[in-house]
Amino acid sequence: MESAGLIYVGIGLAVLGVGLGIGRIGGSAMEAIARQPEAAGKIQGAMLIAAGLIEGAGLIAIIFGAFVK
Amino acid sequence: MQKLGAKFFLLTSIFLITLMSDKMFSQENGAVAESAHTNQTAQEEKPFNAVEMIMHHISDANEWHLWTTTDDAGNEHHVSIPLPVILIQNGQLLTFMSSSVAHGHEHEGFTMTEGRIVSTDETATRANLADLFTGLGNKFIDLSITKNVAGILISIILILLIFIGTSRSYKKHNGMPKGIASFTEPIILFIRDEIAIPNIGHKKAAVFLPFLLTIFFFIWINNLLGLVPLFPGGANVTGNIAVTLVLALITLVVVNINGNKSYWGHVFKPPGVPVWLLPIMIPVEFLGLLTKPFALMMRLFANITAGHIMILSLVSLVFMFKSIAIAPASVALALFVSVLELLVAALQAYIFTVLTALFIGMAVHEEHH
Repeated sequence: MESAGLIYVGIGLAVLGVGLGIGRIGGSAMEAIARQPEAAGKIQGAMLIAAGLIEGAGLIAIIFGAFVK
Repeated sequence: MQKLGAKFFLLTSIFLITLMSDKMFSQENGAVAESAHTNQTAQEEKPFNAVEMIMHHISDANEWHLWTTTDDAGNEHHVSIPLPVILIQNGQLLTFMSSSVAHGHEHEGFTMTEGRIVSTDETATRANLADLFTGLGNKFIDLSITKNVAGILISIILILLIFIGTSRSYKKHNGMPKGIASFTEPIILFIRDEIAIPNIGHKKAAVFLPFLLTIFFFIWINNLLGLVPLFPGGANVTGNIAVTLVLALITLVVVNINGNKSYWGHVFKPPGVPVWLLPIMIPVEFLGLLTKPFALMMRLFANITAGHIMILSLVSLVFMFKSIAIAPASVALALFVSVLELLVAALQAYIFTVLTALFIGMAVHEEHH
């Protein structure tokens, strides 16, 4: 039972990291678009790829957390 | 020729509907089926179990369950499309329709619980990959056309209809994008100009473009079909880890058989690394080859599964609180997440394709000195 609780704490920590990471990417993309509005399309594409990669890490943590008993 | 596709589609639908209704009514009238029903509803109004409901929706099954109705006597009637069951047990091939084992019926020593085929013999379980090497015993190999396999077949028909239609439309209009081609052309051009050429390079992009287009449309259409709650969709194909495993394996093979000298050089003789570090670096680099497709597999599976779980748990809030007051909020949130999932469906297909293109680009990249 104790280890089950720790798993949830671990998932929370992983998601916290992912949230911070995607937040930074979003923020930086906003700044970049504000600086160079004509490059908005390229910045968005790169932003989505990076966000998708980081999101994958968080989801892998969740899946492992759900399966490791 | 244009009508051929429509006719084929119509015939398939009619065939499926007749198959469904025929099997459905033949079961419902059976005396054994009725007694099984009364047993099931004996405890009357079993409490709603959200986890069970969600797992039922996102997991694979040997039948395509459509809906359950409860009649006046409190009996449950399950309406499902029967799917073929193909089993190999003790070297013998067993084939029957899943309807012959539904509702607690028994057929050749098999029955069905929660949509999965199980043997009535407790020691005979479903064989997994490890059992193939350690000896099967009386475990059975399940090669059935399950819900996900049927979903893949439906999506293949859909993809063929779309792209044969596209090529016909180009022929008919002398290369002008009209009709369905005006829908597919921008997407194909986007993949060629924004994904394939920047990542792989002008010279080799054309070789890998068919592969990239295939995985993009396969993943995208299956993601979208998984979001449709009704029959032709709802199979959750890309939320099945076996499907994403095979997609990632195809990427692994395509990347590594096309790897050139400098690609393998970076793995087995990393430039600028002192010799004493090589025993550590080579295994790390080699593992790196495997972790990239592994992350692809996990990302697609986890994203799609998480999305489905989110929508289903929002919908099940209504049944958990047993109150109509919660319904507007639940429906609004479920709608919001569903729309978000439409974006995720395209985004995950895009990310899978971009990363595959990136890995291929790394493998075929020519060294410039």
